[in-house]
Amino acid sequence: MEEFLQQLTNGLAVGGIYALIALGYTMVYGVLKLINFAHGDLFTYGAYLGLTLLTSLALTDRVGFAVGVLVLVLMVMGLVAVLGAILERAAYRPLRESPRLSAVVSALGASIFLQNTLMLVYGAQIQVYPDGILPTATLDFFGLYLPLMRVLIVLASVAMMVALYLFIQKTRIGTAIRAAAIDQGAARLMGIDVNRVILLVFLLGPALGGAAGLMVGLYYGQVNFTMGWVYGMKAFTAAILGGIGNIPGAMVGGLLLGVIEALGAAYISIAWKDAIAFCVLILILIVRPTGLLGERVAEKI
Amino acid sequence: MNRATWLVSGLFVALLAVAPLFLNTYQVDVLNSIGLYALLALSLNLILGEAGLFNMGHAAFYAMGAYTAAILNTRYQIPILWTLPLSGLVAGLFALAVARPVVHLRGDYLLIVTIGVGEIVRIALVNDVFGITGGANGIFGISRPKLFGFVIRRPEEFFYLIWGFVALTIFLFLRLKQSRFGRALNYLREDEVAAEGSGINTDYYKLAAFGLGAAWAGMAGTLFAAKMTIISPESFSFWESVVLFMIVILGGAGSIPGVLLAAVLVVGLPELFREFASARMLVFGLVMMVMMVVRPQGLLPARGQRFSLATLMRETVR
Repeated sequence: MEEFLQQLTNGLAVGGIYALIALGYTMVYGVLKLINFAHGDLFTYGAYLGLTLLTSLALTDRVGFAVGVLVLVLMVMGLVAVLGAILERAAYRPLRESPRLSAVVSALGASIFLQNTLMLVYGAQIQVYPDGILPTATLDFFGLYLPLMRVLIVLASVAMMVALYLFIQKTRIGTAIRAAAIDQGAARLMGIDVNRVILLVFLLGPALGGAAGLMVGLYYGQVNFTMGWVYGMKAFTAAILGGIGNIPGAMVGGLLLGVIEALGAAYISIAWKDAIAFCVLILILIVRPTGLLGERVAEKI
Repeated sequence: MNRATWLVSGLFVALLAVAPLFLNTYQVDVLNSIGLYALLALSLNLILGEAGLFNMGHAAFYAMGAYTAAILNTRYQIPILWTLPLSGLVAGLFALAVARPVVHLRGDYLLIVTIGVGEIVRIALVNDVFGITGGANGIFGISRPKLFGFVIRRPEEFFYLIWGFVALTIFLFLRLKQSRFGRALNYLREDEVAAEGSGINTDYYKLAAFGLGAAWAGMAGTLFAAKMTIISPESFSFWESVVLFMIVILGGAGSIPGVLLAAVLVVGLPELFREFASARMLVFGLVMMVMMVVRPQGLLPARGQRFSLATLMRETVR
């Protein structure tokens, strides 16, 4: 039971990270019907920028752990959001009227490009987050000892998801995003500036993805330049699992995939951990391509 | 083909045939890699270029062929070239089995699924599935190929084996392209609904393209295993699939000369600029992005087939 609960909470923490990345995929897909292959690499940028800022600014020494990490998260989110907007301008906007294949290839190219800029700047080896900055304390929940970092990650990812959900559902701008996702042409006729909506989506998604990257760095203590595509593929699986284009779906799918993967690794085989997500992906596309909550996607796939 | 095309192709063939006499071993080896990639890219071209099916797990089929050949050769001492048809068959059947349930998926979903299949195969190989793949170390001690009692060992000898196979492939694929089958694939790529409306069994042709392309990749895998004598899962990583995908898109989907040219550029150029080797993928990524804006149809796009009126008349009358 102890082991099961540990794995479950671990799965929830990883799942929260998947969900944050999946939101970026699903929002872009909702508005542009494009799989943003470079999203996983923006996530890696979050992890690397977080590492650089953490070590070079020594924020946690100056203002304490809580405030320091909060400032760090906001800085990383801001920087990666800007990067996302640049990506949209450079790689996707010129191709908006082109056939699908062109946009897909450009997205792949962007992904390869981003990944290799990181490799050339930081080197190909694994980068390690410094020890001693982060709390290693464990919390005691009625006899279940959980690392503080794990609890914080679950809480932070849920908080961000709730904030995004309220933003999309309750504000005027959120309504514009939903409208553009349903029908771009009609949204334009209703006076919505679709280009600005797309830009906004490319700011929000990468911001969340960047935060997720930072969380991975803090949780596992090490990052490498190719991790973006593994996490990206898994987050994309999560998005499909929940129903692509569906924002609550991405959240549910992410958490579910994280738990499935953690339990599968613990009880089936650790060596096949990475294959579990891909099997889930293939199964869901065969059995229910619209995803668990994806009734809104009427388009045949 | 008109006279100019014949002349240019003939010149190329003649140049290639005598190339090993003038090049050193390293250069011949580079040509061998180009040949293998050309072979793989031609097989992917059948799926991605002719039929328009986004397949980014081609390395999985390549791996299937290479491992089939290696296992048969090291365990059962079957001469490596004899395993060619069997590796092709295994890779082709595997492709049919995985493609069957997903082949109806729309473009980018198929892309994702094939990436997933490629990864599952790689992970299975690393985990030494059924205890026959040798895990992360792979399989070594694959014997040298023998042709009519002549053992092929040196790069110069492999050169003729590989490029001979490339020549055969080009000949067969050109014939296929001009056949009813090839036209059906092209129709499918351009407009699936219209193709179905004209009585083309879309699922059948899609699967046939997958099976044939994968079988060819499997045979290329056999040649690879024979050339390297050691194979391991890292030779069949996701990036291998990406490079092949890129060769087809860069050269021009559905264009055999384009694919050949792109194979030379993508595999050959990095050898010329070895000091920038680490920036290789960076440049590739950038080229992919720029190409899609500047020249999405590829370097040497496929031209529509031309029919002379006289031949058409004759065929209709008959």
